[in-house]
Amino acid sequence: MTGPNDKKMEFALEINDLTVSYKDKPVLWDIDLEIPQGALVGIVGPNGAGKTTLIKSILGLLKPVAGSAKILGLEIDQGIKKIAYVPQRGSVDWDFPATVFDVVQMGTYGKLGWLGRPGIKEKKLTKDALEKVGMLELAHRQISQLSGGQQQRVFLARALVQHAEIYLMDEPFQGVDSTTEQSIVELLRELRNQGATALVVHHDLQTVKDYFDWVVLLNVRKIAAGPVSDVFTETNLKLAFGSRVSLGE
Amino acid sequence: MTQAQLEIQLLAMATAVACSLCGVFLVLRRMSLLSDAISHTVLIGIVIAFFLTGDMTSPWLLVGATTAGVFTVLLVESLQKTGVVREDAAIGLVFPALFSIAVLLISIFSKNVHLDMDAVLVGKIALTPLPSRRLEFGGYDFGPKSLALMIAIIIVNIGFIILFFKELKVSTFDPAFSKAIGFNPYWIHLGLVLSVSTTAVASFDAVGSILVVALMAAPAATAYLLTDKLSIMLVLSCIIGMLCAVLGYWLAHFLDASIAGSMATVAGILFGLTFFFAPERGLFSVWQRAKIRDRKFKLALLLVHLTQHEGTIRELEECNIESLHLHLRWDEYETRSVAFEAVESFCALQENKVLRLTPKGRIIALESLQIGTNLS
Repeated sequence: MTGPNDKKMEFALEINDLTVSYKDKPVLWDIDLEIPQGALVGIVGPNGAGKTTLIKSILGLLKPVAGSAKILGLEIDQGIKKIAYVPQRGSVDWDFPATVFDVVQMGTYGKLGWLGRPGIKEKKLTKDALEKVGMLELAHRQISQLSGGQQQRVFLARALVQHAEIYLMDEPFQGVDSTTEQSIVELLRELRNQGATALVVHHDLQTVKDYFDWVVLLNVRKIAAGPVSDVFTETNLKLAFGSRVSLGE
Repeated sequence: MTQAQLEIQLLAMATAVACSLCGVFLVLRRMSLLSDAISHTVLIGIVIAFFLTGDMTSPWLLVGATTAGVFTVLLVESLQKTGVVREDAAIGLVFPALFSIAVLLISIFSKNVHLDMDAVLVGKIALTPLPSRRLEFGGYDFGPKSLALMIAIIIVNIGFIILFFKELKVSTFDPAFSKAIGFNPYWIHLGLVLSVSTTAVASFDAVGSILVVALMAAPAATAYLLTDKLSIMLVLSCIIGMLCAVLGYWLAHFLDASIAGSMATVAGILFGLTFFFAPERGLFSVWQRAKIRDRKFKLALLLVHLTQHEGTIRELEECNIESLHLHLRWDEYETRSVAFEAVESFCALQENKVLRLTPKGRIIALESLQIGTNLS
């Protein structure tokens, strides 16, 4: 059992020799990674670098061919309860017959377990999360009528409801308006200040320094990982993206 | 209405409801084609169970058929996992193979048994009230056997949906998230396949193998166009199913045609009507909304065009009502009517055939320009 003092010792995520492949084509090659608790981590790399694969392996959605991941010192099937997952917005069918409230309430299902039913407490949690992302007025709107930014807020609220210790987000800034992007960043900082850890797949190199404390540069292999000021350098970026990328400085 | 007529309609309604309930999840999971496969391949389970027991009313037929249904799905999935064929092809390969084996078995071995192809394809709902097919217990008549069976299936289906409503909902909407929060979508999928298989077998007796598909897909697809909430979609789907049953029965009565065939026809007609006329998602209201949107955009375009040339030397030429269509490359008639709308809505004024922006029009134009540049 982990007390408040032992907890500091654990890494939020500890990944050892993780290799994931589709058939015999490796998508992630022998990744070693230790993410400290309470960090806001950007995962950066070119298309096909394995960013989504990394997140899915941590969640146990993909089986690695080698290596392992530990969540707060626990094996995946135990540790997964400490994680809230925000998938890519495009991964679901937004024509599904459900309201904003319905989708956000799904975040309470995990703790309810099989056969459990959402009650007053879960409704309250759902409303609180909707309020946090500024979507309470749209609670009863059909999800097909949302803009991209609103859909992303719904997914974020669904994760907030879980009150997790670790948040894994797959491209939360993809195709959202700048207001939504700013409010997501603010929420992330708030979560971090409360002690949570967040891993965010990110595309915009220009904002990495503003948004994150930590960065993981990925291109099938781990190029570098560490505090942004140490790791987010021109040299490392060239290793990850090839020679054409620069920070524009 | 005679008691026989009533019983046939009750059975038709019960069948439609049982099918509509499964259908909702099949439609939402884009698995309707799988129900087609299952409804055919259950036949091989029925045939094998019949040969083993020699009894057409044995409950083992239901067990055999359900097993065949689940087997079909597993076979399709393992074929798909090899990566050699896609899902649609896998379904298309598995179900004719199993179905044709069943048909061969029937035609070779059961020459003197009443397992005829007509009954297999369209069922024999009209025979429901016959004395040989009644459920009798302690001297009392509890109505047709098939009705009792169908009601049992409805109870099981409703129970499954109520107990696992949240699991069904989350695993259908977002399978990856569902797995991440501890509800492996595979188990829900398997439960659904079991439910579809048993329902298909039980309905098979009443409406035959082909029409089961219609009753599973059509009411659910119709309900999908009419509501934004899963629970309402389930209820609506059942109501539409019952409507198909009753209307189908009387259509068959007046045309002196197959009851199951008429039910499926009504299901098709109801879907067609909804497809065109549904208030939100129907084709006509989608068209109408597109037209309104298009018109609003054209108006904004015109206003933007006016701001670009406001106060320039070319204003008299560029903003002249008579030559406007040449600059925008729009249809002349349409340009006139958009210009007219601009004037009507106080966005522009007409001075000597030249359109000039009002303050309101200028604001709208600037706002539209802003949206255009923010989109990047």
